[in-house]
Amino acid sequence: MQYFVQQLINGLTLGSIYGLIAIGYTMVYGIIGMINFAHGDIFMIGAFAALIVFLILGALFYSLPVVIALLVMMIVAMLLTSMYNWTIEKVAYRPLRGSFRLAPLITAIGMSIALSNFVQVTQGPRNKPVPPMVSKVYNIAGISVSLKQIIIVLVTIVLLALFWYLVNKTSLGRAQRACEQDRKMAALLGIDVDRTISITFIMGAALAAVAGTLFLMYYGVVVFSDGFTPGVKAFTAAVLGGIGSLPGAVLGGLMIGFIESMWSAYFSIDYKDVAAFSILAIVLIFLPSGILGRPEVEKV
Amino acid sequence: MSDASSSVNDAILQVEHLSMKFGGLVAIGDLSFQARRGEITALIGPNGAGKTTVFNCITGFYKPSEGMITLSRRDGSSFLLERLPNHEIPARAKVARTFQNIRLFSGMTLLENLLVAQHNKLMKASGYTVLGLFGYSGYRTASAESIDLARHWLEKADLVDRADDPAGDLPYGAQRRLEIARAMCTGPELLCLDEPAAGLNPKESMALNALLMDIKDNTGTSILLIEHDMAVVMQISDHVVVLEYGRKISDGSPHAVRTDPRVIAAYLGVEDEDVETVLTEVGDEDVIEQLDTGPDSAHGPDSSSSYFAGPVTDTVGHTEGERVTVSKGASKAGQVDARSGAAARPASPAEAKPTEKPSAEKSSAAKPKTPGDSNRGGGNE
Amino acid sequence: MAVTASPERDIVATPMQRATREALYAGAIALGLFVLFIGLKTNQNISNELILEQRWGLLAIVVVLTMAGRFLYVAYGQPFLANQKIADVATGLLPESVATRFFRLPYFLAAIVTVAVLVFLAGPLDGLLGPGLAGYARFLRALAIIYALASVLFYFRTFIHAHFSALGITALALYPVIVVLVLALYGGSVAAGFQGSLKWVDNFGIQILIYVMLAWGLNIVVGLAGLLDLGYVAFYAVGAYAYALLGTHYGLSFWILLPAAGAMAAFWGVLLGFPVLRLRGDYLAIVTLAFGEIIRLVLINWREVTNGSAGISGIPKVTFFGLISFNVSDPNYIAKVFDIATSSAYYKIFLYYLILGLCLLTAFVTIRLRRMPVGRAWEALREDEIACRSLGINTTTTKLTAFATGAMFGGFAGSFFAARQGFVSPESFIFLESAIILAIVVLGGMGSLVGIAVAAMVMIGGTEVLRELDFLKQVFGPDFTPELYRMLLFGMAMVIVMLWKPRGFVGSREPTAFLKESRAVSGAFTKEGHG
Repeated sequence: MQYFVQQLINGLTLGSIYGLIAIGYTMVYGIIGMINFAHGDIFMIGAFAALIVFLILGALFYSLPVVIALLVMMIVAMLLTSMYNWTIEKVAYRPLRGSFRLAPLITAIGMSIALSNFVQVTQGPRNKPVPPMVSKVYNIAGISVSLKQIIIVLVTIVLLALFWYLVNKTSLGRAQRACEQDRKMAALLGIDVDRTISITFIMGAALAAVAGTLFLMYYGVVVFSDGFTPGVKAFTAAVLGGIGSLPGAVLGGLMIGFIESMWSAYFSIDYKDVAAFSILAIVLIFLPSGILGRPEVEKV
Repeated sequence: MSDASSSVNDAILQVEHLSMKFGGLVAIGDLSFQARRGEITALIGPNGAGKTTVFNCITGFYKPSEGMITLSRRDGSSFLLERLPNHEIPARAKVARTFQNIRLFSGMTLLENLLVAQHNKLMKASGYTVLGLFGYSGYRTASAESIDLARHWLEKADLVDRADDPAGDLPYGAQRRLEIARAMCTGPELLCLDEPAAGLNPKESMALNALLMDIKDNTGTSILLIEHDMAVVMQISDHVVVLEYGRKISDGSPHAVRTDPRVIAAYLGVEDEDVETVLTEVGDEDVIEQLDTGPDSAHGPDSSSSYFAGPVTDTVGHTEGERVTVSKGASKAGQVDARSGAAARPASPAEAKPTEKPSAEKSSAAKPKTPGDSNRGGGNE
Repeated sequence: MAVTASPERDIVATPMQRATREALYAGAIALGLFVLFIGLKTNQNISNELILEQRWGLLAIVVVLTMAGRFLYVAYGQPFLANQKIADVATGLLPESVATRFFRLPYFLAAIVTVAVLVFLAGPLDGLLGPGLAGYARFLRALAIIYALASVLFYFRTFIHAHFSALGITALALYPVIVVLVLALYGGSVAAGFQGSLKWVDNFGIQILIYVMLAWGLNIVVGLAGLLDLGYVAFYAVGAYAYALLGTHYGLSFWILLPAAGAMAAFWGVLLGFPVLRLRGDYLAIVTLAFGEIIRLVLINWREVTNGSAGISGIPKVTFFGLISFNVSDPNYIAKVFDIATSSAYYKIFLYYLILGLCLLTAFVTIRLRRMPVGRAWEALREDEIACRSLGINTTTTKLTAFATGAMFGGFAGSFFAARQGFVSPESFIFLESAIILAIVVLGGMGSLVGIAVAAMVMIGGTEVLRELDFLKQVFGPDFTPELYRMLLFGMAMVIVMLWKPRGFVGSREPTAFLKESRAVSGAFTKEGHG
């Protein structure tokens, strides 16, 4: 039982990170109907930015409270990834909007390749380890919960609450939902569609940056190719939850997190990714639009 | 192919107690009718009466909640259509259909569209691809024959000059004809046409009538059609079935149907007891004439409005299920307004009703609401 | 980088003002994007701690270059491109195009002379210029050769366009011969010709043709049937491992295992096809991606069979139907049979013709299938699945045959790959490969065999060329490795080509049958499928 709860907590931590990335996928998909393949690499850029900021802070200040350091890392990473995603949208996706459906998918894959190789070229191909930032571990009834995990879950909850408010209660969120429903009509009603889409990309990137920072803090290492696997897992999570659905993305993220930690704990750590992908395939056989996705109406 | 007279009066399609529910919504309730071999049967009714749903049940795109749809082929075999998988209905039961919002293979040429329709025949001839891959001569003959059949139908549809153009490049009316030609290339015994005249100008409409009569007379293919254009319905159909809110309200010859007070009421949107009032107020003859033909000059705006309604419905359809028909209904109301001037005004509220509302809401929704009818509508309330 | 200009502000500004402003914006954005990543570099010191290295000079260079590029594009590039589109009012003709201005007879002659001088004086020039400048001389020579060839192509463009397939196949068939001859003349001996041809035949010829074949195979699934498959490399892997395992364990010949590998890959294609039949669009994409990853992860982790990440080595070479062998130790080794000098180039040339044959087989089958009911049904499926069902087409089997046929060619290519390398490992079957193959299909123009072949040549050949640019070391210092930038440039090229031609190189579609004359269908009408 203790072991199970322990795994549950590990899964929750992992799932939170996946969920944060998955939101970026699902939001972009919802609003312009494309898979932003470069999103995983945006996450990696976020983690790298956090790493560099961490090193700058370490060089500038002799000792800095961890909370402030983390906050600064997060904010800088958010700003930087927002800028990246904004630029990418403007350069690679916007000119292709409304054209051939596969064209933006290919530019997205191209951007993903370019971004990860850009980081490889500029920062080198080796693993980048950082000294542990937070190392406190609490022991509650035989279950060890590290402060890192608590931070990750808390940050995720706060961000999701903020995000929920933004999407559901503000005029910006209303504009986004309108664009998602019918972009042409939204434009006719005076919504600046380009701006709304840009903001969507920025929001997705900011969440990915937070996920990147948390990832760096949790694992203490990052490498240029780290965008791919978490990116694909988060994309899997978004699809599992029903792409286009925000609660679905979070749910999918948590599910993938749980599947991975449980599978590693009880079966074999080698096949944890196989398990996650297989469950995705099985779920989609029975629910072709994911768990919370709107079933596609086949209009005859 | 031709001998239609010997089997005129047996039923080719028999629909019995058909019901279709979407969640709590009854789109079709206990509908029974039959289409006879060698005849043109028209399925009419106000917007949202469930006509297309009936079509989708017959052609296997929906599985009906209840009921039985029997198709008897000329060779005596019969099929229960609700049990056949979607693609076997055209392949085995020989039922072909067209779509309300035309579905052509727009990036393929006209000829290719008609060749795709002969898929099953050609598949067999090519030994399920294996023999054809090695240049088997039987396939080459079959392939030449299929091109001849395609040419035959292109000529019938007056499209042979454009055989090598992409289907997406055709004007609207020609696309409608091509869709019918494509359906005919499957060699059907029953041809289901979903609003074949929608969006056609009077000249194209005439050509369509001629094409349908030609199909009926020369191939022995029976036709079941949904149509709003009463000129088409009354001119070519042998038998008319009228639906309202998924239920049959009238069934018979065109003449019998158009004098049926229930039909008039359904089209005018008043409750049964008010029919007489309406008839006297507007003038019986006048109403019937409006229903019956409709001035030709009105066909222009008529068609264009429903043409635009198509794509709009589509986009909304993907996101919001049933809201679809609201916009379409609204445009139809406009059509009726435009068509009838003052005389048939009361028709609009009925037409404008959102479709597929549960029948419980029927009576309230059926009341006229347009400002122009306030005196009459007020009387009802 | 093509950032779309905002038109509403352009009315008042002159092009120069606009260009300056845009350049400033671009500079600001570039500064923001690159300040952390180029301005600073994370390095490990001796005690394995990360330290920051500052590179502000490099950052400044990059930002200035971005600004200059943006300025030139807005000030000269955009007006120039716009001009190319506007017909001259007086003559009704398009202004003289870039191409006709670029390819002129005097330039062509100058290029020929340059090549001739540089080739014949190569020895003395090398001594004269020293090793540093000689690199530039070689680069100049390569450029001149490319320019001369391009000019020839340009002058005969109508002829080439009319006979593209025949010319292309002839050129491909003669390619190794020409390479060997040219190099033999240049090197002065036949042996040198063979030895020098290795790189050209293997790195360029075989490498590109493998991708051509893979892309043609995927084209059946994506281009014809309109089913988005992001895990195509899985079938490539199945084919490669099928040959590697059966070949090493049972010593079966390539010619038996080639069809077996194809059949196995097709079987896996159907296996993948079943669960994904109901899925559409991006759901299909992710499941195929997941399938590709599952296969790769199984190959890594099922160590007893696949030997894990270490891979399988010692995969037997292909023989010429058992008659001629390419193993030096065998009695029927090619050099012994024909009594010629031993060289590893024979095997590469043989492999080149083998993969060329496989490519032609793929093309032949694809062309044949397109004109048959099943091929037309694939395309109809891409255009409108519901209409297909209303015409009695069994969409399930149609989709499965598309998956199976595409997978089969992937399997063929895979077993060829294993035979060529002599070694397989899961490293070769990562998602990136699927992405590259898909990119080639889309960049080439979905459904168009010629376009796809051209795209493979441009993308794969282009990145291979980067391996050859050693002279750049003289410019950027000995630490500079052009190969490192290969994938970065590849990714950027994908973006740029897609922006330039969203429908791919060949956007139109050839009809499969015609009554009077066959007219290509414009890409504006073809759909790309839902799946």
